[in-house]
Amino acid sequence: MTRIDRIAEPWGTRTPYGSGGEWPVRVDTHLAEGVAPEDVDRWVQTASLLHSNGDAMDIAVKDKRIVGVRGRASDRVNHGRLGPKDLYGWQANASPDRLTKPLIREGGKLVETDWDTAMKRVVDRSKSLLAEQGPSAIGFYTTGQLFSEEYYTLGTMAHGGIGTNHVDGNTRLCTATAGEALKESFGCDGQPGSYTDVDHADVIALYGHNVAETQTVLWTRMLDRLAGPNPPKIICVDPRMTPVAKAATLHLAPRPGTNVALMNGILHEIIRNGWIDQEYIQAHTVGYPELEKEVRNYPPALVAEICGVPAEQIQEAASIIGHAERLLSTVLQGFYQSNQATAAAVQVNNVNIIRGMLGKPGCGILQMNGQPTAENTRECGADGDLAAFRNWSNDAHIKDLARVWNVDPMSIPHYSPPTHVMQMMRYAEDGSIRMLWVSGTNPAVSLPELARIRGILEQDRLFLVVQDIFLSETAQLADVVLPAATWGEKTGTFTNADRTVHLSEKAVDPPGEAKADLDIFIDYAHRMGLQDKDGQPLIKWHDSESAFEAWKACTRGRPCDYTGITYDKLRGGSGIQWPCNEENPDGTERIYADGKFWAHPEYCETYGRDLITGAPVDPAEYKALNPEGKAIIKAAEYMPPHELPSQDFPLQLITGRTLYQFHTRTKTGRAPELNAAAPDVWVELSADDAGAYGIAEGDLAEVETPRGSVRAKVRISGIRNGVLFLPFHYGYWDTDGGHQPDGAGRAANELTITDWDAASKQPIFKTAAARITRVSGGDAPSPAPTNTASAPVGDFPEDARTRGIATALADEATGTAGGAR
Amino acid sequence: MKFGLVLEEMHRSENDLAHHLLTISERHKVDHEIYHLARDLARWSQQHVRDIAAMGKNYGLDLDPEPRGEMGLMETMREKGSEMAGRRPETGLLLLRDLRELYLKACGVSADWELLAQAAQGMKDKDLLALAEKCHPQTIRQMKWANGKLKESATQVLVS
Repeated sequence: MTRIDRIAEPWGTRTPYGSGGEWPVRVDTHLAEGVAPEDVDRWVQTASLLHSNGDAMDIAVKDKRIVGVRGRASDRVNHGRLGPKDLYGWQANASPDRLTKPLIREGGKLVETDWDTAMKRVVDRSKSLLAEQGPSAIGFYTTGQLFSEEYYTLGTMAHGGIGTNHVDGNTRLCTATAGEALKESFGCDGQPGSYTDVDHADVIALYGHNVAETQTVLWTRMLDRLAGPNPPKIICVDPRMTPVAKAATLHLAPRPGTNVALMNGILHEIIRNGWIDQEYIQAHTVGYPELEKEVRNYPPALVAEICGVPAEQIQEAASIIGHAERLLSTVLQGFYQSNQATAAAVQVNNVNIIRGMLGKPGCGILQMNGQPTAENTRECGADGDLAAFRNWSNDAHIKDLARVWNVDPMSIPHYSPPTHVMQMMRYAEDGSIRMLWVSGTNPAVSLPELARIRGILEQDRLFLVVQDIFLSETAQLADVVLPAATWGEKTGTFTNADRTVHLSEKAVDPPGEAKADLDIFIDYAHRMGLQDKDGQPLIKWHDSESAFEAWKACTRGRPCDYTGITYDKLRGGSGIQWPCNEENPDGTERIYADGKFWAHPEYCETYGRDLITGAPVDPAEYKALNPEGKAIIKAAEYMPPHELPSQDFPLQLITGRTLYQFHTRTKTGRAPELNAAAPDVWVELSADDAGAYGIAEGDLAEVETPRGSVRAKVRISGIRNGVLFLPFHYGYWDTDGGHQPDGAGRAANELTITDWDAASKQPIFKTAAARITRVSGGDAPSPAPTNTASAPVGDFPEDARTRGIATALADEATGTAGGAR
Repeated sequence: MKFGLVLEEMHRSENDLAHHLLTISERHKVDHEIYHLARDLARWSQQHVRDIAAMGKNYGLDLDPEPRGEMGLMETMREKGSEMAGRRPETGLLLLRDLRELYLKACGVSADWELLAQAAQGMKDKDLLALAEKCHPQTIRQMKWANGKLKESATQVLVS
């Protein structure tokens, strides 16, 4: 057992292993000051709810309080390891400012009330809007942090009961492109790869995926491969000098907004050199000739010009990928939140498809998720898609879903694609959505162009319901606030980015009158009198396990088949990867083995969209193109971003995450070790740009775009010249402004543009034209972490480097056995 | 030969389509996807105008290679107008009308490309056929976009 400061060393101690070997176990533990493992009353099984990796852990309970966490050695995902957010984030549950009673707006102010009064307000308004306007007046906007059982209940209630098409999750901001890119290439959502591909790969290519900060334990796995025999080569595509870039064999830092050009250039070289699997292409794909034709227009010299990346680097990247024997490709926000998101992510799929590298150990694609339960938002239909990957433009699928819910098919809205959140905001703006129910998310900080979003949410004519655990910026604008329980205070399941399902059990009671989101939704459905076609209650389940059983029935025969999983099977041992059914009772490690896909016209989740215009593909056209359900190779031309640098705004602004915070900091900002590591907003620029603008480390600067301004302390980092970076976590709940700026802006989204990818509808956070000016000198370096992508370049005072506060010491135990995986 | 008329009509109708796309973009600035996409798709038609003008030279036609210009002041006024009217429900109906018109215009241009491709085959003009094969798929994508947007927007506008 070793004690280690996991703020200073976020990835902990190396446990090297070689290609094809078993990743050694290392059990990480962090307990509250003064609590020893033997003092713990109970250990309660769960997994992480502060990122999408799905690190399995046990919650330590003492005297009915959460007192710490310990990684689960037996789990396939993390082999005992935990990341800094896992180790310290649990403390937020016990914050004194948790919401404990429902609130309603009286005389312009939010006041405490009881559940009956609050729910009556919500139900009365819902009923009167349904009578007056119909379901088009009501929208639901949820999160990537509830459980399957809750999303399924919400989706059933909204689609099958209320009958509205306006349902989405904030997964729109993090994972919509992952889902859409998989649908475009494989006809259906579903992660092709598995984390164990890291154990086998000889090349890992990470596209806009700063895994070191977004999924720290997955990066730990990669670091352990890099430290062992026959390490994989790493290719990193990122405009920032991330920890991944530093460890990479080759780092490409393209100009923001040019990913499609870059991918087309790489594909050009792979195809020109014949590094493709002709047999696989012939047998298992459609559309290859179009790709061949399109990428002919992207020779490296031209691409170098567009992307600002040397042509030799493009050739070298293609050569490394082209010579890979086991290629793992991973993608995240650098592609998903950028110009041409889906088109770019689809080109990554194309690389693995034309190389025939799918469904075998080490050969995989990980279109990653941002949030812990984003996968479930997608599966359960809480992102607007229909439950269990059913196809809204296939009448047989609607009929089947109507059978599961025992409702009339006409009552499930499927006349057009689901309304995504940015469109919901537009409908709230034009006054046609008049009630918006936000659960577990914070659009007043996380959506682009915040002045506009606040203007919409503040309207008197919009009835805003917010269900959350803290009085977030959004909750402060609500008409009704419903206090919710969170992780550790309720039971349910959720699924990580590699299809691993975990059970998260209740460890302690929620504070005050706070209720599980599931109970709130069921209560609403009953109060609304939502019924099936036989006059029975639409929601026939009453707790998490009965909800899970209902969800399982809905997934039978669909790709995300959960029918072989039970709560009991998830207890003890490891998480299980879907599909898990009679055929695959232990789950399925890799899908798409043997070139079999879920793309058959009768089975697929979607017929796809035009990658540029977003127009849905006609069912007949899809059937003609892909009658046998093969993988679909889709080409795309490069289109420049909609907002380009100008004389007034000569730089490009990108926003993103830091390792130590999550989303809008509602939890991590209340965990002392995490908050101390990244306490306030900063802005990054390169040393060259800093020189040109006369700005030094720690200076206060103003960043402006046509939409607003933010003031932040400057970090001079290894970011690409001409690019500024702002972390998006910092809002106003812990400032005097409450829900909005009090003076200078702090939230990165004051600056971002209202624009989204036409195919995935994911907002674009990474190509705003911006300028920076120095406001005043600083007396200390900026508060940015120094051991992440925001690492300083040049001389830097040693005592200002990131390290943990006194309570940040955690335990590491290596050498223990892992058990069954 | 009547072919010159086809090319002239093609030049006119692509110019008209580009202009209509830009007008829609400006008029619906608060509908951000319409605003951005219509501008992107106008560029396709503008390029078609240049290509047709270049092709016209082979047939002794003097067609303006520069797409019909944007009107500076009117453009700004329409964008401002859109922002001011953005919270009124009537803008939805205007959007449907504009998308319907766009769809019909794109259908017309698509038919024009059919005519042109037929003529190209009759005249065994490979360059002309190649032009039609390059441009026509983009016209169809413009058409499908207009149709898709129309479908997607109709329910909320008409039943709210």
